[in-house]
Amino acid sequence: MTTATDLESSRKETRAWLETNCPPEMRRPILTEDEHCWGGRNWTFASDAQRLWFDRMAARGWTVPAWPREYGGGGLSADEAGVLAHEMRALGCRIPLSSFGIWMLGPALLKFGTEAQKREHLPKIARGEIRWCQGYSEPNAGSDLASLQTRAEDCGDHYIVNGQKIWTSYADKADWIFCLVRSESEAKKHTGISFVLFDMASPGVTTRPIMLISGKSPFCETFFDNVRVEKRNLVGTPGGGWEVAKYLLTHEREMISAIGDRAQPKPLGQQAAALLGIDEHGRLNDPLLRAQIAEFEVDEAAFRLMLERFGELAKARQANPAYSSALKYCGAELNKRRHELLIAAGGADALEWESERSEHGFAARTWLRTKGNSIEGGTSEVQLNVIARRILDLPGA
Amino acid sequence: MAFVLTEEQTLLRDSARSFLSEKAPVAQLRQLRDRRDPDGFSRALWKSFAEMGFTGMLVPEAHDGLGLGHTEVGLVMQEIGRNLTASPFLASSVVAVTAIGHGADQAQQAKLLPRLARGERIATLAVDEQSKHHPELIESRAKRVGAGWELTGQKTFVIDGHVADFLIVVARGDGAGLAMFVVRRDAPGVEVERVQMVDAHNAARVRFDNVKLGADAHLAGATDASAALQAALDAGRAAASAEMLGLADEVFTRTVAYMKERKQFDRRIGEFQGLQHRAAMLYCDIELARAAVAHASSRLDAGADDAWTAVAIAKARAGASVTRAVQEGVQMHGGMGMTDELDMGLFMKRARVLQELFGDSAFHANRLAVSKSY
Repeated sequence: MTTATDLESSRKETRAWLETNCPPEMRRPILTEDEHCWGGRNWTFASDAQRLWFDRMAARGWTVPAWPREYGGGGLSADEAGVLAHEMRALGCRIPLSSFGIWMLGPALLKFGTEAQKREHLPKIARGEIRWCQGYSEPNAGSDLASLQTRAEDCGDHYIVNGQKIWTSYADKADWIFCLVRSESEAKKHTGISFVLFDMASPGVTTRPIMLISGKSPFCETFFDNVRVEKRNLVGTPGGGWEVAKYLLTHEREMISAIGDRAQPKPLGQQAAALLGIDEHGRLNDPLLRAQIAEFEVDEAAFRLMLERFGELAKARQANPAYSSALKYCGAELNKRRHELLIAAGGADALEWESERSEHGFAARTWLRTKGNSIEGGTSEVQLNVIARRILDLPGA
Repeated sequence: MAFVLTEEQTLLRDSARSFLSEKAPVAQLRQLRDRRDPDGFSRALWKSFAEMGFTGMLVPEAHDGLGLGHTEVGLVMQEIGRNLTASPFLASSVVAVTAIGHGADQAQQAKLLPRLARGERIATLAVDEQSKHHPELIESRAKRVGAGWELTGQKTFVIDGHVADFLIVVARGDGAGLAMFVVRRDAPGVEVERVQMVDAHNAARVRFDNVKLGADAHLAGATDASAALQAALDAGRAAASAEMLGLADEVFTRTVAYMKERKQFDRRIGEFQGLQHRAAMLYCDIELARAAVAHASSRLDAGADDAWTAVAIAKARAGASVTRAVQEGVQMHGGMGMTDELDMGLFMKRARVLQELFGDSAFHANRLAVSKSY
């Protein structure tokens, strides 16, 4: 039990420690992909400040504050971890390590992993030594993920894996992969899937980056040609991978919808005013665009409140778990709308693809990238299906 | 925890819910409309409102009220929205009480508030002078005559004005700002035209022709009544937003139930993905409104300086959500949705009036944009 007094003194100590140890450069919001610290075998820190911040946090287990100490975590209670998160937000501290190992695989291992698996993998995630990627989607298994075809042949003490994954984020930079494979070919769609882990340096693994409409992307195609996977690297039961995957997907969905915790973008109206100017009445120089932006800002404010409300209801145990689909849907559609309006406010200048003036098409590339928001992590249509079925209880949904 | 109801609030919501669905269902509004009731609301129901303490919710305990807040008002308003209850609660117990609470001096409050709290008197705010809400465009004028005042002007969209015992009239006084006056409905020179609106609720047009007022008719809490007017309007806007939310909830519940029951092409229409997705999108729209409405009343209760922005967001978003809800409600009920026999049309009509009341979605989105310098 942590008493209120303990928490209060923990808050003071935490704040003092953060103030002393978090370099000023690490107290600015992460605005571009390049500013994340991802870790891994081949990682080079972008700056001394990034290295210092990472080392100091990792030494305390605070890359994963709530994980148990024996697995490299900080061993904090939920309350204490809440205090740390709150104080970090208050000071604007960056997260020291961005990692699919922390956000996705770790929680699944803590729930489904064997003791040996936890001891082998979790500390390396906590210390940023191994960078993970996620092998779920396949060319013919997108929204309908359970129809995946990558095969794992049972060879006694190991599997031989053959097949192809797609949309594997950072596969070309990752050290290990957590991967869904079909291991029981006769079983039904959802029950023949296993959840396995293997080294991306294994013979037979190749990756190819995918160029997106935004001109760049973290995504890859990943090919497996007779890859040997030891059976000790199976998580959960053979054929029980769908359960692990589903658990992990809810983490992903919350991550994508939790834009409330990310750096707040500059208000759209203000950005548009800077781009287009205002008239003698102080109004944006484009009345129709102004009206659309004003409506957007109302919806954006309401969405932030909806996220906040969901957080409070979840704490009070009054939330419907399927509500995360409504948040994902609203968040994705709003972000697309924001960037449609922003690119319109930018006019022809914002459409210059490679010039210095446009920062190499930064606004245009971001606008194009957001089109994926309603596709990744479950399409908007799939979210609407989930709402229809699990919240509205509509027939046949 | 602004979004999780306390135990007391949950009790209040539940008792308001069962009370209103039993004593003031949609059928009551239909009866009032069909028999051309002279009041347009049930006096018996109003008496029950007083017995339940609703009429005194926002009135301090020192003046015979309950001293509750806008969150509690919002809970009652949601149930009013669900049942399309005709009642001067919004006009009198919310808007007029707030105008007096912020605009009157101590003596005036002690005189006016207890009778409003007990439901013995009904009051309403007379602010609009044009078809669209423009509270900054006030031409009604009061000039000093001897110790008192003389009021001239005209007002429109004065909700429940035909049954109000007195009106709180916003006018230009002798200063630069605005002033508010308490005017008896039956005073000489006051001409009230009852106007039955599309939703079978009432909103009067009122003319003031050199109406003689005593010195104490002027609400004397401040030299400029602008802040008190703002407070009264924001209380009304937050309450109207809550009514729109409750209305949207009811329409949505009925529509989803109909989707599960109505068969076409040998299938329940709720099986068609085209309708499922529209229902799911509408669900999301209503959830956006729910968060905004709760936030607005909690900011008002906190007395926050920026409460008006939370109210503007709620009025704009709830207005948009309820509009979508009633449009989908009528459309998904098909031909039945177009009949007077089904309640859908009544919901649509009330939603339209609530959108317009105290500024529609565009009015509030525009206010927010102006405040953010674009």
